[in-house]
Amino acid sequence: MTGFASFVKKESLHILRDKWTLLIILIFPIVELLLFGFAISIEIKNINFAVSVPHRTEAIRKQVEQISSNPYFTFRGYISGNEVDKELRSGKSDAVVEFSKDNSVLIALDASNPNKAMEGAGYLQSILMSGNSNASETTSNLSSIIPETHMLYNPQMNSAYNFVPGIMGLIFILICAMMTSVSIVREKETGTMDVLLVSPVKPIRIIFAKMVPYFTLSCINLACILFLARYVLKVPMSGNLGGVIGISLLYLSLALALGLLISTVTSKQITALIISGMLLLLPIIMLSGMVFPIENMPAALKPLTYIVPARWYISAIRKLMIEGLPFKYVLKEFSVLLTMTLFLVALALKNFKDKME
Amino acid sequence: MRQDAIEINGISKNYGALKALDGITFNVGRGEVFGLIGPDGAGKSTLFRILVTLIDSDGGSAKVDGMDILNDYHSIRNKIGYMPGKFSLYPDLTVEENINFFAALFHVTLEQNYDLIAPIYKQIEPFKTRRAGKLSGGMKQKLALCCSLIHKPDVLFLDEPTTGVDAVSRSEFWDMLLELQKKGLSILVSTPYMDEASKCNRIALINGGKILDINTPDGIVNNFKEPLYAVSGTNMYGILTATRQEKEVVDCYPFGAAHHIVASENFNPEFLKQTLEERGFKNIELNKTKAGIEDVFIKLMHTQ
Repeated sequence: MTGFASFVKKESLHILRDKWTLLIILIFPIVELLLFGFAISIEIKNINFAVSVPHRTEAIRKQVEQISSNPYFTFRGYISGNEVDKELRSGKSDAVVEFSKDNSVLIALDASNPNKAMEGAGYLQSILMSGNSNASETTSNLSSIIPETHMLYNPQMNSAYNFVPGIMGLIFILICAMMTSVSIVREKETGTMDVLLVSPVKPIRIIFAKMVPYFTLSCINLACILFLARYVLKVPMSGNLGGVIGISLLYLSLALALGLLISTVTSKQITALIISGMLLLLPIIMLSGMVFPIENMPAALKPLTYIVPARWYISAIRKLMIEGLPFKYVLKEFSVLLTMTLFLVALALKNFKDKME
Repeated sequence: MRQDAIEINGISKNYGALKALDGITFNVGRGEVFGLIGPDGAGKSTLFRILVTLIDSDGGSAKVDGMDILNDYHSIRNKIGYMPGKFSLYPDLTVEENINFFAALFHVTLEQNYDLIAPIYKQIEPFKTRRAGKLSGGMKQKLALCCSLIHKPDVLFLDEPTTGVDAVSRSEFWDMLLELQKKGLSILVSTPYMDEASKCNRIALINGGKILDINTPDGIVNNFKEPLYAVSGTNMYGILTATRQEKEVVDCYPFGAAHHIVASENFNPEFLKQTLEERGFKNIELNKTKAGIEDVFIKLMHTQ
């Protein structure tokens, strides 16, 4: 067996024998994806509402029926006008629709969860409006202009679509950067690096051999994620699959280079772990647009997002996977990632010493 | 004439204000087993790490196998075997996998230099499918030695190879080293155990980053000219303090089951025995004894 192959074999044995870590590497992305895809959802699906009304007229009964028939709303019952506050405070209802004698409608919402309140208000308004227009079909009502909204690419506003690219951006950094840096630093910590250095083989070749199995594992993860996204979460994958894979492989290389760089500046596994955690994970979650839209960030933070590789990756994956754009539309993201990768590789190699401190 | 295996010329290393090594100078000849004897923290490992080109020294120069440790460190790494003090193999790989990995690291196969490592390898071969982490301390050392010999190095660096190993394995290990010496290897070995020193051709006593003495083990011991006595009895601690107060006693220190007394020329053992008995110590035994390396070490340390 040639040198390089036997180094790869040795590294693969380390991973295969560490059953728990292997299990985590393989299962974690799947769990994460399913968790975000199904359980953790930011869209509002169940709003409890009550109705306060002076007289239950037929028109009002119809309107209440209309709201209840919407799958997002559950009708809790009629309450009297002075019970509104109590109803909302007790949490029995998230919204109360108050019809008053002069035919005006007041919607009171529990805004302790602003997302829920905003979305609930929007839904309720549109239902009531359409109810009004139905009711007043006979009478002329010129003032009511009802805008028609189309949600393109993600018509159901399905949050899984948003999370799949985000999770991919997160997982690959986690596995490639964190695992490689920890496994290189482990050799420093246990002293095996000393023996490796005192050998004719250029240590950098051993380091590259180390990356091969992690790269392979990440490719397996990539395949799993794409499969789950397509067939379980029903992400359309309308675009160019080759492009998705290509840019993902580039992103994997970037993560590996980042891991190598981290390993050159640390000598303890725990430090490597903390650096990967704090320096990589948090920015990915906070600044990549995975959870919080970059457009909403304070101006001071926006430039920071430019140096987060995940931002470019996630944006490219969204374009390719969800919007279904051809590859030429992600050329900007691609070149940014490529430049970052080359820069990180150069920096890591420059930093890598074949002596100890 | 071939150069010495190792030539060390005034090597120094500082860690901040701490002088880990302070002007170390000595040579190790071809085919010599050279022992570096000193307590923990004496600077043995630091010197090893400098010589095997893992860290750079702050001053001085050294040659290993005729090559400069600063300029030719890549070539040196082809020619030396290094066994660090800490067990530095992969505990999750089997004995065989470890050996094959290290063979690949040095571009050789186990078969190529089998004659060199065979006597050692045969002892661990029955366990070749066992994970290295599950081996006993002595077996681990043998495996590590195998791995450091796999490429038939010219010079072997063994940093405290017998620390944490039982007495039988230690003695076996030294037999193996002497076998390797017969095959022409030059060996620099460090140990905190004074009893192992006598098996080396020459030894250097090191403490606080300085060489105290360099000689053959016999030469070192023969330099101990002062009369040396061993005293024992009941209440050893009382005897120690009482003896130290005596005028003709230069030094007295615990040594195994007895106390060793370094005496001046006018020392009268009968008088001391009498004095101790008068002070109420019982079962006093006081005999002249031969100095060992440890006695030399303590003497040099106390005069340092």
